[in-house]
Amino acid sequence: MDKWYEKSGADGDVVISTRIRLARNLSEFPFPCKLQKKGADAVINLVKEAVLSSNSQLSSNNFKYIDTQKLDKITLISLVEKHLLSPDFVSDKIEKSLILSENESISIMINEEDHVRLQVMSQGFDLEKTFEIADSLDSLLDEKLSFAFDDKLGYLTQCPTNLGTGMRASLMLHLPGLKQSGVMEKVSANLLKLGLTMRGIYGEGSEPQADMYQLSNQVTLGLSEKTTINNLKDIAKQIILQERTVRSEMAKHIETIDFIHRAIGVLKNARLISTNEFMKLISAVRLGVALGEIKGVSLDTINFLMIEAQPAMLSKFANKDLTAIEKEQKRADLIREIL
Amino acid sequence: MLCQSCGKNQANTHIKRVVNGDIKEYMLCEVCAEKLGYGNIFNDFNLKLDDFLGSFFTENIPYMLKSEPTRCEKCGLSIEDISNSGKAGCANCYKVFYDKLIPSIKRIHGNTNHSGKLAANVSADKKIENKTKKLEYKLQEAIKEQNFEEAAKIRDKIKDLKKEGEING
Ligand SMILES: [Zn+2]
Ligand SMILES: [Zn+2]
Repeated sequence: MDKWYEKSGADGDVVISTRIRLARNLSEFPFPCKLQKKGADAVINLVKEAVLSSNSQLSSNNFKYIDTQKLDKITLISLVEKHLLSPDFVSDKIEKSLILSENESISIMINEEDHVRLQVMSQGFDLEKTFEIADSLDSLLDEKLSFAFDDKLGYLTQCPTNLGTGMRASLMLHLPGLKQSGVMEKVSANLLKLGLTMRGIYGEGSEPQADMYQLSNQVTLGLSEKTTINNLKDIAKQIILQERTVRSEMAKHIETIDFIHRAIGVLKNARLISTNEFMKLISAVRLGVALGEIKGVSLDTINFLMIEAQPAMLSKFANKDLTAIEKEQKRADLIREIL
Repeated sequence: MLCQSCGKNQANTHIKRVVNGDIKEYMLCEVCAEKLGYGNIFNDFNLKLDDFLGSFFTENIPYMLKSEPTRCEKCGLSIEDISNSGKAGCANCYKVFYDKLIPSIKRIHGNTNHSGKLAANVSADKKIENKTKKLEYKLQEAIKEQNFEEAAKIRDKIKDLKKEGEING
């Protein structure tokens, strides 16, 4: 079955993916920071039972249970690269687990920061449908697990930043235009006032990797899921519009066009390529495809490459721990093959 | 140790991140942590707690400091534990320390009352309150649209709900 990230979606020139994450806890157990092994195992078994039991209405998603304690480090990190696990998940000690749908668009992390972190991802700009899926899964789980809830504070979470709806709605945005025009800091500062945050997806350096940003709601208490999603949607629409305006302005300059074609030239011919160089070039190529400058490469292909060319993904694919130079070579090979 | 980002300030925030296929751990100062999006939401709260204990001390009841702090009976955490880690230990912590946590919660969210989805095990009162709120909103809409027939229907529904609430209460 195809993975969810192998296609691009609505407004795919700017919005790469949509993600809804719900934080939930079982009321009769302490939160993960105070959970002992026995309790942690019990939580895992209860959630597992709720999702995987044969009479579960969730079974249509073909969920599979992954015992993360039995996975090697490369596999774990490759799951982080696919945004299916958090970095904390990999290195902490208590008993944790992961349940994944067949196409990996739905994941349920057990005993991470909360007992249950339900996450649904879709391609492109698709907040409503993604939320609907998460919401109905949540209702089914709640019937069986009885989540911790307080009349005033809503869903109770380990960290008070998630109280209320426990919902984090995010859009992954590609913003080379706004980045180039130097307005990102100002935009971010203004978003904070609206209860939203925009964060760069960081690589090794302090510069956002491949001009990728994650736009999410900050506030979870006092605003309903619907209001939160509508706010995020309105703001995202404005950002998309601005980004497109800047891009078409940029496209008038021969320097931009040259930059784009050089990028695809290098990607199609390089024999060694580092993560950082790849991210810089793929951002330029993505822009070129969106502008119609580069033909014969689809946004689907680029989305796929951005996931699959990450270091642990390459090692996972090669089935061994690669050296730095081997990784650069494998990456270059993969890119040439795909493009 | 010094902050690994600016190299100037004392580091006090520990973060983890996946970089180039590996887990990297960093120690950052407050300023850099904030800048990179890892701010500790309880910083202010800690300050206030220090002030509070400080004034205790000067007002000559030092033995109060040694007395056992209030702890959540379910998980054993005190309010200091929670403010230091930024994490509650269990659902009951929010009951025990509600008054002490509410200022930080207000600062994070700008709100202190949940609005949105209700869990399956929510109290009957809350369910009715929520339904009523939704209906009142619909009523306003109907009146705005001068749809008085619809408005009358909604009013009846609200009345029924309120009755139900009184029986439950
Ligand atoms: Zn610093
Ligand atoms: Zn507790």
